[in-house]
Amino acid sequence: MSWALPLPVAIPLLAAALMVSTDHLTPRLVHDAVAILASGAALAFSLVILLASQSHDVLHWFGGWHPDGGVAIGIVFAADPFGAAMASLATALVFLALIYSLTYMREESRSFDVLMLGFGGAMAGFSLTGDIFNMFVWFELMGVCAYALAGFKIEELGPVQGAFNFAVTNTLAAYMILTGIALLYARTGILNLAQIGHELAGDKADRLVVVSLTLIFIGLMVKAAIVPFHFWLADAHAAAPAPVCVLFSGAMVELGIFFIARVYWTVFDAPFHAHPGPIKVLLVVIGMLTMLVGALMCFLQRHLKRLLAYSTISHAGAMLAGIGLLDSKSLAGVANLILAHAFLKGGLFLVCGLVLMQLKNIDEIRLRGAGRDMPITGVLWFLGSLGLVGIPYVGIFLGHGLLDDGAIEHGYGWIPALTMVAAGTCAGAMFRAGARVFLGWGADEDELLSPEPDENPQERDAKVPLMWAVTAVMIGLGLVASIVPGLEPRSERASERFVDRTAYASRVLHGIAVHGGPHLPFDLPSATGSSLAYGSGALLVALAVAAIGLWHGRVPRLVQAPLDAIRDAHSGIVGDYLLWIVGGTAVIGAVWAFTLP
Amino acid sequence: MNYLAFGVAAWIFCVGVYGAIVSRNLIHLALCLTVTQSSTYVLLLAIGYKHHAGAPIFKGVKLGTPAVDPVVQSLTLTDIVVSVTVVALVLALAVVAHEHSGTVDPDELASMEG
Repeated sequence: MSWALPLPVAIPLLAAALMVSTDHLTPRLVHDAVAILASGAALAFSLVILLASQSHDVLHWFGGWHPDGGVAIGIVFAADPFGAAMASLATALVFLALIYSLTYMREESRSFDVLMLGFGGAMAGFSLTGDIFNMFVWFELMGVCAYALAGFKIEELGPVQGAFNFAVTNTLAAYMILTGIALLYARTGILNLAQIGHELAGDKADRLVVVSLTLIFIGLMVKAAIVPFHFWLADAHAAAPAPVCVLFSGAMVELGIFFIARVYWTVFDAPFHAHPGPIKVLLVVIGMLTMLVGALMCFLQRHLKRLLAYSTISHAGAMLAGIGLLDSKSLAGVANLILAHAFLKGGLFLVCGLVLMQLKNIDEIRLRGAGRDMPITGVLWFLGSLGLVGIPYVGIFLGHGLLDDGAIEHGYGWIPALTMVAAGTCAGAMFRAGARVFLGWGADEDELLSPEPDENPQERDAKVPLMWAVTAVMIGLGLVASIVPGLEPRSERASERFVDRTAYASRVLHGIAVHGGPHLPFDLPSATGSSLAYGSGALLVALAVAAIGLWHGRVPRLVQAPLDAIRDAHSGIVGDYLLWIVGGTAVIGAVWAFTLP
Repeated sequence: MNYLAFGVAAWIFCVGVYGAIVSRNLIHLALCLTVTQSSTYVLLLAIGYKHHAGAPIFKGVKLGTPAVDPVVQSLTLTDIVVSVTVVALVLALAVVAHEHSGTVDPDELASMEG
């Protein structure tokens, strides 16, 4: 299988190069076909690798530079089930988004397809790499494509400004990561993840390693839109075309989260294994903070894409907290949450694309009742929102259930209650928006919500049935993610493999196979009583929040003032965003400098 | 062990970030990013530097001759290539923002955008 491992990256990148070079020669049909075929092939190979990775880690040493006696010289792609699953998810979203944009992005579609393929290839590389500098290169490539896609509708000011803020904040993040990598290299003289962990294992952690940990984690948290590094995300999402938002919310943000886990369990677990307390507490606390801030901001939006963007921030916070618990059960929960969230949130963004195209607006208040004669689009919106509540056996339920169980085992019994409230609030805001747009419920003005400028619509006649079909497929996949037979035990075993640092090192550096455990059954996922209760509770919260949003009375000054303060912090000025990054880094770095051994 | 180069790298990083935070001009802001980035060059090269060692070219050299670390040099080159792309894109966005609004001040841009 080793030969296939670079293909999910190589095929899209080569296709993108081919499309750019033959742009003036080929007719549109050929161009589209190449893009769809390339992303489909990348998806197929990712899935094949995912299957193969169940029994052993798939390795590819570039240029044949195999490790010699356990010393890695070359660059490796190392696919374990989670890495391969992230690559599959990212390429699947690219594939679906390209089909959706076949007609949606008609005029610009040539350079659009090229950027989408580049973005997809970079995300796959980021998921599969086992080398820390290689990770930085994919981070930057992913970034460049993403900035260009965010500012794609360059004829308007909003996208340009959103892309600019996105580019500047994420570039600073990249330099922080690079500085952290350089410090790790200074300490160990190696760039392979497994071997850095091996080198750091015997020593006591010193300040250099703590600084490196801080810089790498914060760089990844900027990508993952964790409070207070999250400001770029809403600007970029509000401005980007809907199919691009699918990739931003569904895969790119989650890749930041994924690599925090990857780099912790391959590298930083070694020096901090005995005293992970401060890392754990801090990641859980900022994860929960992110979750609550994201949910609150989500409730305050009337721009549908911004509303979804803040809900992504909220879910990213839950994912970070799950990773921060540093155990395999919560990690399995995060993996399932990423899977279900990606398809549901992606589907909801595609609904936004449909709304924007059919109603020429994206503002909840102005669209009040405008969607009454769009039953299919409306039903899709409500189904997607319903999946994000976490009600038993639907959508994100499995992810939340495992995460909650892990948290309770670790004595963090308050986490499930908070995730319930946050997920309920986000879904409630979506219900409210859906009820107002598609049913015409509620008041036709709301002083609680942020004032928002318009987004000029895509003025094209797209093939709406095709767009419906892609959206329905995505939302359907997201809704059934919790009842896939056999997914739960497989994700738990995969995460046990993920968190075993020494086994990872021996698999990558010495090519030792995984000891196959007992054969896993294809059962329906089981659920504990508490997760059923929290799931049902989230639905009640969502309905209550939606009702409050639709029919609340005058807002007292005491409530309005703090909300305005939080809103004002999201100023749209890039210098402010950078200051938040620096301040957050200083605080987190100081906490770790004084508490880590 | 010479700490000067590491101090210089940290200083350049901080200067660049400070400049980007207080910047009132998008072009200036992009240049501040490149300043921040150049701190990574200094850091990487300082990590690989050895006193009294030659360039890492091993053709016709006796085995065991000290040389500076070639890995960090290739990392620096990669870093330059990758980041030039980003800065080019940021500058292009700044130009387009100016075409749309007639200003390159991020504060004014934000107020126009709302």
